[in-house]
Amino acid sequence: MNRFGYSRAGDVAGAVRERAANGAAAFIAGGTNLVDLMKENVARPERLIDVTRLPLRGIEEREGGLRLGALATNAEVAYDERVRARYPLLSSAILAGASPQLRNAATTGGNLLQRTRCYYFYDTATPCNKREPGSGCPAREGVNRIHAILGTSEHCIAVHPSDMCVAMAALDATVRVTGEGGERAIPFAEFHRLPGDTPEIDTNLGRDELVTAVDLPAESFPTHYTYLKLRDRLSYAFALVSVAVAMELDGGTIREARLALGGVAHKPWRDREAEALLRGQAPSPELFARVSDATLRDARGFGGNDFKIGLARQAIRRALSQAAAGTPQSQTDKRVQ
Amino acid sequence: MSDTETLTRLSTADADGESVTLTVNGERHALRLAPWVTLLDLLRERLHLTGTKKGCDHGQCGACTVLVDGVRMNSCLQLAVMRDGCEITTVEGLAEGGRLHPVQEAFIEQDAFQCGYCTPGQICSAVGLIREGHAHTAEEIRELMSGNLCRCGAYTNIVAAIEQAMGEQAMGEQPAARGDGR
Ligand SMILES: Cc1cc2nc3c(=O)[nH]c(=O)nc-3n(C[C@H](O)[C@H](O)[C@H](O)COP(=O)(O)OP(=O)(O)OC[C@H]3O[C@@H](n4cnc5c(N)ncnc54)[C@H](O)[C@@H]3O)c2cc1C
Ligand code: SF4
Ligand code: FES
Ligand code: FES
Repeated sequence: MNRFGYSRAGDVAGAVRERAANGAAAFIAGGTNLVDLMKENVARPERLIDVTRLPLRGIEEREGGLRLGALATNAEVAYDERVRARYPLLSSAILAGASPQLRNAATTGGNLLQRTRCYYFYDTATPCNKREPGSGCPAREGVNRIHAILGTSEHCIAVHPSDMCVAMAALDATVRVTGEGGERAIPFAEFHRLPGDTPEIDTNLGRDELVTAVDLPAESFPTHYTYLKLRDRLSYAFALVSVAVAMELDGGTIREARLALGGVAHKPWRDREAEALLRGQAPSPELFARVSDATLRDARGFGGNDFKIGLARQAIRRALSQAAAGTPQSQTDKRVQ
Repeated sequence: MSDTETLTRLSTADADGESVTLTVNGERHALRLAPWVTLLDLLRERLHLTGTKKGCDHGQCGACTVLVDGVRMNSCLQLAVMRDGCEITTVEGLAEGGRLHPVQEAFIEQDAFQCGYCTPGQICSAVGLIREGHAHTAEEIRELMSGNLCRCGAYTNIVAAIEQAMGEQAMGEQPAARGDGR
């Protein structure tokens, strides 16, 4: 770890001011991603601004939905009675991620901003455009089993590793941020970016901006939902492919449907055209196969991750039928039904 | 400062570090610490509480699990300075008045270890799990203990030990559970 200075932010304005004044300073919350990256010398902040004492830990009712404070831990959100009852998709996705110890420390804001687990990004002995812009992307020709199949660029094929974010994307959450210019709200779909030719930039958060909360809208999908996560072992492993589905059925037809994928792109992946195929239709295996094929129409592998295309195709169909039937994937009994 | 407070000043880097107060296993420590000292290194290298183990140092094994204000966390990923004011419990702090904690007793009775390296982390994690109160079946124990790896593969007996300790608690042998997450 490099040597760095430390300060404890007393209020949001002070935290933002300090970060704006020092481009080499970083916010730290649960520390479960940043401390790890600092130990690997991938992140070398000059100064850490500890935001954990800011009053941003609450989970509050708001306009029929919920506001999750940026410092609410992953465990607090997943086990909150209102989240469990009204947004079980979010609770399920969080509980599918990391470990209980990590979820006790990890925060909502930190989870949004966690960085990719690409092996080359972590290994400072290799080039990596995300770590060192312009140095190249060894993953394209190298070991790329965990890498993206959608939305890649010639500069980077990394994936965003979060489970929580996949559910938030499906729920059309909003990220609330505060910077020197004041507050703003960023629709979830616009928060994370595709790599394009600037893979070093993961999100559209401004350099001086602090995430203060994530707002969940009133529409919560309490019955027809699932979070299906497929990985190399049954727990405590990042997703190879994950699928979040939220549906609202009206009699025998699908009134509203959301489909978000994790582990396949640089951001939680949503395809609104493919989702639209579901609306107004009766659930059926043929319909789900069509939607799955449409979602993956532009998917491409890089050798080691070719298997993800077939895996995602099956996972989407299975998740859609789990959600339609109201039989969500259990995060304890790992059998996929 | 009370009599039990210890002023630990161990390296020049730390002499002008941050002032941090931590209660570890009931004993208050007023420390000066460089901000890059992790809670794990503080416990092992400075307070000489070597029960807490370093396995991976990256959050991937759970050997370093301790309780922070009663909540289980990986101490390798916590900067000690950020936990200023907290109460830390390690495996050394679980026994009371020379009597082992029921989870420790159960691990012995169920033979829930081989080499023992993961055991302090397993035990602290199990104490945290029981307090959280979300595990009710063996399957749920397995899932909610998945943050603790055991290279010897003692998993079956670890689950049995936790079931035993949970059963004893259910029969009222344990004080009421504290909430998790706070
Ligand atoms: C072994 C291991 C396994 C894991 N498995 C999974 C998994 O399966 N699924 C999964 O989803 N995650 C997994 N994780 C990742 C974990 O979820 C993240 O590390 C965690 O969510 C990060 O939150 P934090 O509060 O600890 O962030 P920190 O480490 O404190 O910060 C992360 C980043 O966010 C920034 N930041 C933090 N808070 C704010 C804020 N309020 N505003 C602006 N910037 C902020 C920091 O500057 C930093 O860049 C795993 C982690 C480990 C170590
Ligand atoms: S995929 Fe992205 S993060 Fe990985 S080596 Fe290539 S540029 Fe770096
Ligand atoms: S040493 Fe902390 S999790 Fe392995
Ligand atoms: S007993 Fe040897 S690692 Fe668990």
